[in-house]
Amino acid sequence: MRSRLLAGTLSLLLLGILVGAWHLATLPKGAVAAADSEYAKLVGAQAAVGSKSAFPSPADLGQKLLEHVRDPFYDRGPNDKGIGVQLAYSILRVLLGFSLAALVAIPVGFLIGMSPLVYRALDPFIQVLKPISPLAWMPLALFTLKDSNVSAVFVIFVCSIWPMLINTAFGVASVRREWLNVARTLEVSPVRKAFMVILPAAAPTIMTGMRISVGIAWLVIVAAEMLVGGTGIGYFVWNEWNNLSIANILSGILAIGLVGMALDFFFSRLQKAVTYAE
Amino acid sequence: MGLFSSCSCGRHDSQADHDNEERVVEEAVLRAVVRRDLLSRIGRSAALAAVSAFFPLGAAKEAFAQGGGKLEKHKLKVGFIPITCATPIIMAHPMGFYAKHGLDVEVVKTAGWAVIRDKTLNKEYDAAHMLSPMPLAITLGAGATAAPYTMPAVENINGQAITLAIKHKDKRDPKTWKGFKFAVPFDYSMHNYLLRYYVAEHGLDPDRDIQIRAVPPPEMVANLRADNIDGFLAPDPVNQRAVYDGVGFIHTLSKEIWDGHPCCAFAASKEFVTTMPNTYRALLKSILDATAYARKSENRKEIAAAIAPANYLNQPVTVVEQVLTGTFADGLGNVRKVPDRIDFDPFPWHSFAVWILTQMKRWGQIKGDVDYQKVAREVFLATDATRLMAEVGLTPPKSTYKSFSVMGRAFDPMKPKEYVDSFAIKRA
Repeated sequence: MRSRLLAGTLSLLLLGILVGAWHLATLPKGAVAAADSEYAKLVGAQAAVGSKSAFPSPADLGQKLLEHVRDPFYDRGPNDKGIGVQLAYSILRVLLGFSLAALVAIPVGFLIGMSPLVYRALDPFIQVLKPISPLAWMPLALFTLKDSNVSAVFVIFVCSIWPMLINTAFGVASVRREWLNVARTLEVSPVRKAFMVILPAAAPTIMTGMRISVGIAWLVIVAAEMLVGGTGIGYFVWNEWNNLSIANILSGILAIGLVGMALDFFFSRLQKAVTYAE
Repeated sequence: MGLFSSCSCGRHDSQADHDNEERVVEEAVLRAVVRRDLLSRIGRSAALAAVSAFFPLGAAKEAFAQGGGKLEKHKLKVGFIPITCATPIIMAHPMGFYAKHGLDVEVVKTAGWAVIRDKTLNKEYDAAHMLSPMPLAITLGAGATAAPYTMPAVENINGQAITLAIKHKDKRDPKTWKGFKFAVPFDYSMHNYLLRYYVAEHGLDPDRDIQIRAVPPPEMVANLRADNIDGFLAPDPVNQRAVYDGVGFIHTLSKEIWDGHPCCAFAASKEFVTTMPNTYRALLKSILDATAYARKSENRKEIAAAIAPANYLNQPVTVVEQVLTGTFADGLGNVRKVPDRIDFDPFPWHSFAVWILTQMKRWGQIKGDVDYQKVAREVFLATDATRLMAEVGLTPPKSTYKSFSVMGRAFDPMKPKEYVDSFAIKRA
């Protein structure tokens, strides 16, 4: 309990130092003689005194965050939606692509894990396809699938399939021999064996794969949405980049981090639920 | 129009109806072209006679008579890139020009030219804002799968600029630009051709002496700020935004390179044009209507306020206003007044297409022989523009070719091959 309190205090202290340093770094410099007033009206406050526009201060960010939190779900047309709506789009895409990947990866992983022959046959494909950056698929997906939304989901599908596939195969292959032998002596049917013996035994490893996958999927969706645009938190960041609004970009980054943390937390809970002590 | 109709054109029930319609068209044209006080001073028939001398009134009446049939589709998606070139396409939404012509159009902001091309090719968008060379390139299959594309209207003329990083404020002579890294929005863009032309006229080889890379407009200022590039030839509001943020200054406006050059375009697939003629006509008419409105300098402030919000350009209003009104800060402490910094003229001159094709040929983007006039005619749909421009009160020209000069070098659209050969620096 004591150590937890201490850790919490330390975290807060670090945050305080960070924000304090940030605040000091972004304090307005003493104003230089401004250009003539007509010119100054036409340019940003910093440009008027002959410097580049500045990084926002913590207070600026706080104000932006407050705006976003106050009204996260507004919808003012197709190109201007609240941060909550954008996050919802992204989460939806990730869950869709991720579920599809799970539907494919877990059965195929089972197959690979149970049959050394299939493993050897598929291994070259997996080795070649696995290291490809999912975003490299984007132009190809846009060209063949002819729909940017489907393409984004496809990219998530591609990036989340490999960790799940490999972990499932590994988990299934490393189920303890004795348990399988016991099942065999009891003449358990193959289907029953798969669900009653192998699945529970491999579940922790499979869950680890899923947890890694969802993390990667969340990383990739932001980049994918920046590329195709339309909706989603990645598009939000892109759109604010276009507006050079650093405070909004920071809000977006913060939101991405929080949602990523929530997704990871959810899967770590699932993982804990299926873990067993030997 | 029946066999037994009894007016001179055969479309009306009586000669009276016919005369009536003619009069309506005449009136509309007069109102659009002639100032009211002038009209009352010189009288209607005198004004009409004067107008007929340069305005194809006959064609306008003809077009009006054909009218629009039932819309095949009224919910449309039109893609745009957040730059002021797209002004007519964008403003038509908040200012109700689409609605006026019975359309429910969703204007969708898109991340870059390659994406807008792909989304249009795969029919997510019914039509889109493109760079005027793009429909030509797509039709020829350069940098895309060949698909017949059309460009029924130019959106804007002028309105681009060369912006350099503040640190180069003493390097105003292009000869000192050796080794510079420049950004242009796309390989197939007027920006690319104008920048290449500009530096080549100053003796630099754009492929060897400088580096040109394609960067989507919204990312240009961020790159200039990060010192990734030394400058760019970009559409607005990017140039003005660089000034607003204190990262760059406007070296030269594109109108100082070629006054009246086309830039962006409204484009649609040939399939859309042929399978939904009425929808296409209504869409084009909305855009021409918006263009006519945007031409008038007194409307520019209102337009700037309409298209600056997050749903459209997502820029500070003052930036957009400076671009559209032409009273702007140049980044070096001066306020310049250039009212025609950007202008809007929808007519897709075939000579523009020929010029663009000569530059594609010059820089090796297209190989082999090109039938310049034929491609120009097929992609730049001047006939439709002529017809509909008259209906919205603009003055379409009589010919589709005109000669012009770029940086003092005359261009004869009838001699494209000789033009390409006349350049010292070229890849062809």
